Amino acid sequence: MTSDMHTLSVLVQNRPGVLTRCAGLFARRGFNIESLAVGPTEETSRSRITIRVDCSQHSVDQVTKQLYKLVDVLKVSELGTTAVELELLMIKVTSSPERRPEIISLAEVFESRVVDVGPEAVSFACVGPPDRLHALEELLRPYGIRELVRTGRIALDRDGELGQRRRIRVVA
Amino acid sequence: MTGAEAIIRCLEAEGVTDVFGLPGGAILPLYDAWAEHEHTIRHFLVRHEQGAGHMAQGYARATGKVGVAIATSGPGATNLVTPIADAYLDSTPIVCITGQVPTHLIGTDAFQEADIQGITMPIVKHSWLVKDVTELPQVFREAFHVARSGRPGPVLIDVPKDVQLASFDFTYPRQTDMPGYRPSRHGHPKQIITAAEAMIAAERPVFYVGGGAVTSGVDPAELIRIAETLQMPVVTTLMAKGVFPDSHPLCLGLPGMHGSKAANWAMHRADLLVACGSRFDDRVTGKLSTFAPGAKVIHIDVDPAEIDKNRAAQVPIVGSIELVIPKLADAVASRQNGGPPRAAEWLETVHGWQREFPFRYHRGGKLKPEFVIERLRDLTAGEDVIWTTGVGQHQMWAAQYLEIDHPRRWITSGGAGTMGFGVPAAIGAKVACPDAIVINIDGDGCFQMTMQELATARMYGIAAIHVVINNGWLGMVRQWQELFHSERFSETNLTVDLPDYVKLAEAFGVAAFRCETVEEVDDAIRGALACGGPAVIDARVDREEKVYPMVPAGGSANDIIDVEWAEDDNQWVEEGV
Repeated sequence: MTSDMHTLSVLVQNRPGVLTRCAGLFARRGFNIESLAVGPTEETSRSRITIRVDCSQHSVDQVTKQLYKLVDVLKVSELGTTAVELELLMIKVTSSPERRPEIISLAEVFESRVVDVGPEAVSFACVGPPDRLHALEELLRPYGIRELVRTGRIALDRDGELGQRRRIRVVA
Repeated sequence: MTGAEAIIRCLEAEGVTDVFGLPGGAILPLYDAWAEHEHTIRHFLVRHEQGAGHMAQGYARATGKVGVAIATSGPGATNLVTPIADAYLDSTPIVCITGQVPTHLIGTDAFQEADIQGITMPIVKHSWLVKDVTELPQVFREAFHVARSGRPGPVLIDVPKDVQLASFDFTYPRQTDMPGYRPSRHGHPKQIITAAEAMIAAERPVFYVGGGAVTSGVDPAELIRIAETLQMPVVTTLMAKGVFPDSHPLCLGLPGMHGSKAANWAMHRADLLVACGSRFDDRVTGKLSTFAPGAKVIHIDVDPAEIDKNRAAQVPIVGSIELVIPKLADAVASRQNGGPPRAAEWLETVHGWQREFPFRYHRGGKLKPEFVIERLRDLTAGEDVIWTTGVGQHQMWAAQYLEIDHPRRWITSGGAGTMGFGVPAAIGAKVACPDAIVINIDGDGCFQMTMQELATARMYGIAAIHVVINNGWLGMVRQWQELFHSERFSETNLTVDLPDYVKLAEAFGVAAFRCETVEEVDDAIRGALACGGPAVIDARVDREEKVYPMVPAGGSANDIIDVEWAEDDNQWVEEGV
């Protein structure tokens, strides 16, 4: 069984405990969650949980079926490679006043925004695909990263034929 | 109406007639309403909440109805954790109602506060914490629906004390509102035809029937119709015993760790397994990679998550077994079209194994546990008997030697292996089926875990018979120590006399009998059957008897350890009686 990354998009009813139930299920069945993001959707009664896991396809199918058994889970989709995936990163980098322009111009290449400037550090926010955020992080690392926080990715399938959404179902 | 009274009305609306529970501070308003208002529900006061949970399970499994257990907050609720876990693994529909500290105290580590919803989250089908009294009726409606539909299971309703005391206008909803919960029912017609064709084409098919067949309420006649049309041998797992008659010539009985050689070898050499409400549990398969290596798999289950979980299925059918099996029987019958079944030769082979390697034991010397179980079986033959068990050696001997021909007449803790299950499960079953004989075959270790429920049995005159197969050991653990741990009997010796089970039963006002020799067995059983109330039999058996055959954990059908058997031993068996 090969091991690789999968992104699951889980539409749930917005009820108390639903996140615990979903996250607990991953833990109980022995899956490592790489990232998890949860938030409201177009309908206030529903939330969407985007979960990134590192496991085999067989395990994804298993955990999907287990997720469907949760009463508050409405729909589980595995997002394909063509899905639009974005993440927000905030990073605080050590910066003396002399080096500030250099660091800021570097960060601007990645369409980052300066969110705070202090005497010894400057902070950026950057939205983008996870690999771009990773590149930015690596580029800033030599200057000294003081703090870094990422939201975990959220994702949307593309419209039309490009979409590769896999709705996992068993023949009923 | 108060929330407390509303709970009673909800239970009435769901057709509940019996509940098991024990009051405490946070559930007091419910018990107050219980006494204050007229209603039609009987309450059985237990001596430990675990007993209430297992009684609800015994009740549910004997009838197919939803069992109900009630406990207070904190330790009352945590005492229900074991029955909830047991019900989850054995797919038993129970509703557990727990009191909770008042809403304004939740999260403050208040007296007798426990986050029971959080604690039980991995072992319930669903659970609710009711913070608003107006939600109570909808929650109860949904809770009973979830517990009994699809793959049944335990649900929990946690009700804070102030919610029980709050007032509102009660109406019971007619519908549930659960867009995320729609169990599949009918099974895909095309898949059913594909399955039927594979079954007819198979040369060495085995019908692998599990507990899901029992919980679905499938008509056994339909299972028999399929098996007879194809002359297909049938194994029934520990959870399925009785759903296909043990006395039927096609039935090979129990597969797995302590199953018969015929059942295990048949599965091992099969070219097709028709799994029906079974889940390829490790106690059945042993080492998965060597289990039934040449078999295609048809897997029928109401729970899609069981398909491909442990073993890949070539023909998956997701649906309720009681609906799928009749359609499958029709499809098989119409395609077979009266022709001779292909599997006839296979059946000859399997029956050969069955004749050559029946369950057997040496009868000389001390009283053998198997003998006690055989006498229980024979002295109640033809009667409507419900059997319950604890977990361990006695459970396996009971599974091997009892002959049960009807579903819901064998109630045992399968998945969880919960010691102490037998006594309360028998009480629950007897409450549900007062006209049946209820016999709990228990071990001495198990019995000591829940024996305080004899008080419940005595108080309400619940006439189940509890047979303690007393070898003075934690016998199954001892067996593993003897076979796999160089006979280091570490912390397993309970001793035969502690307690004195006869005096103990008498202290509870329960009739008691003892047998230590072959000659005393029948009198003890007859005495217990005739006494008309709850009874205990202390059957002091050979302390060193072991359960055979045995597939060691992680082994396969080729690794079976069997009792040593010389040719003339068979002769001896005949004389021993």
